[in-house]
Amino acid sequence: MGVALWSEIVILVAVALLLLLVALFHVAYLTYAERKIIARMQQRLGPNRVGPRGLLQPIADVLKLLHKEDIIPYGVDKPIFHLAPLVSLVCAASGLALIPLWDTFVLSNLNVGLLFLLALSSLSAYGVILSGWASNSRYAFLGALRASAQLISYEIAMSLALLSVVLMAGSFNLQDIVKAQMESPFKAYIIPQIIAFFIFMVSAIAETNRVPFDLPEAETELVAGYFVEYSGIRFALFYLAEYFGMVVMCALAVTCFLGGYIGPFNIPGLPFFWFLLKLYVLLFFYIWVRATLPRYRYDQLMGLGWKVLIPLGLLNLFFTALLKLWL
Amino acid sequence: MSTPLIEITSKEVSINNYEEPFYLNLGPQHPSTHGVLRLVLELEGETIIGCDPRIGYLHRGVEKLAETLNYNQTIVLSDRLDYIASVANNVVFCLAFEKLFGIEVPRRAKLLRTIVGEMARISSHLLWLATHALDIGAMSVFLYCFRDRERLLNIFEKICGARLTHSYVRIGGVRLDFTQEIIEDLYQFTEEFPQLITEYETLIDVNRIWLERTKEIAIVSAETAINLGLTGPVLRGSGVAYDIRKVRPYDAYSEVEFEVPVGERGDTYDRYKVRMREMRQSNWIIKQCLDKLKETEGESILAEDAPDLLLPERVREPEPKPHPKKGFVFTGKEVPVVPVGEAFASIESPKGELAVYVISDGTNKPWRLRIRTPSFVHISAIPELIRGHMIADLIAVIGTLDIVLGDCDR
Repeated sequence: MGVALWSEIVILVAVALLLLLVALFHVAYLTYAERKIIARMQQRLGPNRVGPRGLLQPIADVLKLLHKEDIIPYGVDKPIFHLAPLVSLVCAASGLALIPLWDTFVLSNLNVGLLFLLALSSLSAYGVILSGWASNSRYAFLGALRASAQLISYEIAMSLALLSVVLMAGSFNLQDIVKAQMESPFKAYIIPQIIAFFIFMVSAIAETNRVPFDLPEAETELVAGYFVEYSGIRFALFYLAEYFGMVVMCALAVTCFLGGYIGPFNIPGLPFFWFLLKLYVLLFFYIWVRATLPRYRYDQLMGLGWKVLIPLGLLNLFFTALLKLWL
Repeated sequence: MSTPLIEITSKEVSINNYEEPFYLNLGPQHPSTHGVLRLVLELEGETIIGCDPRIGYLHRGVEKLAETLNYNQTIVLSDRLDYIASVANNVVFCLAFEKLFGIEVPRRAKLLRTIVGEMARISSHLLWLATHALDIGAMSVFLYCFRDRERLLNIFEKICGARLTHSYVRIGGVRLDFTQEIIEDLYQFTEEFPQLITEYETLIDVNRIWLERTKEIAIVSAETAINLGLTGPVLRGSGVAYDIRKVRPYDAYSEVEFEVPVGERGDTYDRYKVRMREMRQSNWIIKQCLDKLKETEGESILAEDAPDLLLPERVREPEPKPHPKKGFVFTGKEVPVVPVGEAFASIESPKGELAVYVISDGTNKPWRLRIRTPSFVHISAIPELIRGHMIADLIAVIGTLDIVLGDCDR
């Protein structure tokens, strides 16, 4: 029995590491893809010096950031300053463990998987707030304030959108949600829950602090917002957390709205094909938005959250419940 | 003990519950202060309740330096004022000097000056749109504008060899004539440019976020604008149709047709609209001037009585004096190298009213050269415009005033 338990743990750790590596690879090349795609949209070339077509650029970036001096400014709250990037990254990255990549491949099949994911994404905002507070800088402080205000207005809308999905599927388990979609008439919840999908995507952009909701780090206003005092690898951790956040949010959208790993037909040998395809489409959408839209103002963003998205989410939830009751 | 950055606080200070004001030092190194502007802000939450602009980080003493240089040499200094539209500065310097010397510029030179002046206006407005959009967060517009500004800079390079600091205009005319290639390039540019403006407008004109960020932001009524001394597109955005090209035409503006676009409410969006329409008008002016340029083919581009690039230190009147041994010697009393007097010239630069007031004492250098630059006046208007707005709006206001710190600090 002891041997079985040990081997189970070893396998789990190995699979987790493998998943982490694959995810890191994805995140690294997401930055590359973003730079290339935006460059294409803006009629420039993008990275093209390191390696063929600049393919080694992410690796060069990581090496550069590792080599940089880790500057800790005078007057920061040191323990919190050190802790904040880790909080951000861990909360953003561990969400991946809950996403069902295939019907037999999910690292931890929790019964309250969706709730756990939401909790993690809320916690990751602590990284932002703590870093802003600990930096002892006014720009960082303003960034942290913005982040916390943004968080409370968007978390609710996002939860409401996901709650309609939970109502449709009748479970908090992500694997069950995917299976429920397989049995539903449209094979994906995006069609009956198009409003919820829209609310979720908007809130997800706000959640991951991306354009047009990148207020906590608004470059032209707050220079870099909450991580203005960070440098070197700690800065890289924040950067990683942002892209991990993007990947997790898109993966969650794929799982809850686009039917997860289910595709119109099975491709032998490529079990993750449909999941990744849907993921890439959503990530492309993220990047596209960034190249197109200007930035919202702080109070306008709050207005959008409280006056548009939350009432819409509530109405949507109400109608979903009615449908569920009558059908 | 640290001293407060600004002594004036807008809050009521009572000893019982003293609340330390929250100051934010924006700049001089900041991505969106368009150079080295420093603003000390007093905040309440994100709302700005006090703003104190600090300038002088780019002061090079151009006015004082000009007193040590020949008249034609000061034109090189003028390039460094508003380095985004340096031809406009060249023109106003030359206009003032020509008024002082009493020189009439040939027609072809006037047309050429008008063309380069309008090219400078377009390239300045493109840079303004690029940075304004980037400040508000629209990154793509920034790069589209730079792509098209590049074409203008290439034409400038063909005209005078420089892309940024042109020194193209000289007293009494211009330095070089246009070649056929430049004229063809310009014709092609004027053909294609209106569509490019439409391209920018499709990206931001109907964008909800853009409208929310610019409409009703920093409203300036016509009266306030005049009281603050605002000029150029900022004044016209408030509905005052004051354009020096129409009011006191210089160069060839009296013989071309163009409209003066004005706004209605005087908010950031109106100023954006005014500048976009101005670019179309400038494009039209260039086209008309190019057509007129054919009529003056082969004419001189420099006035006959234009002074040399280097004026002599002193000039003596040739006065033959009988000399017992040498017969005659030519000694005489010194006469002024240039006429003594003062002159004032003002033009409509892309940023606003740009004026030069020069006093001559007869030597080959100006005795005093005073430059009135629009950016300086516009920066002084920021506290008035920004009161009660948020930090994000401050960035939009700095963008909409279109300031250049080289122009402000001189």
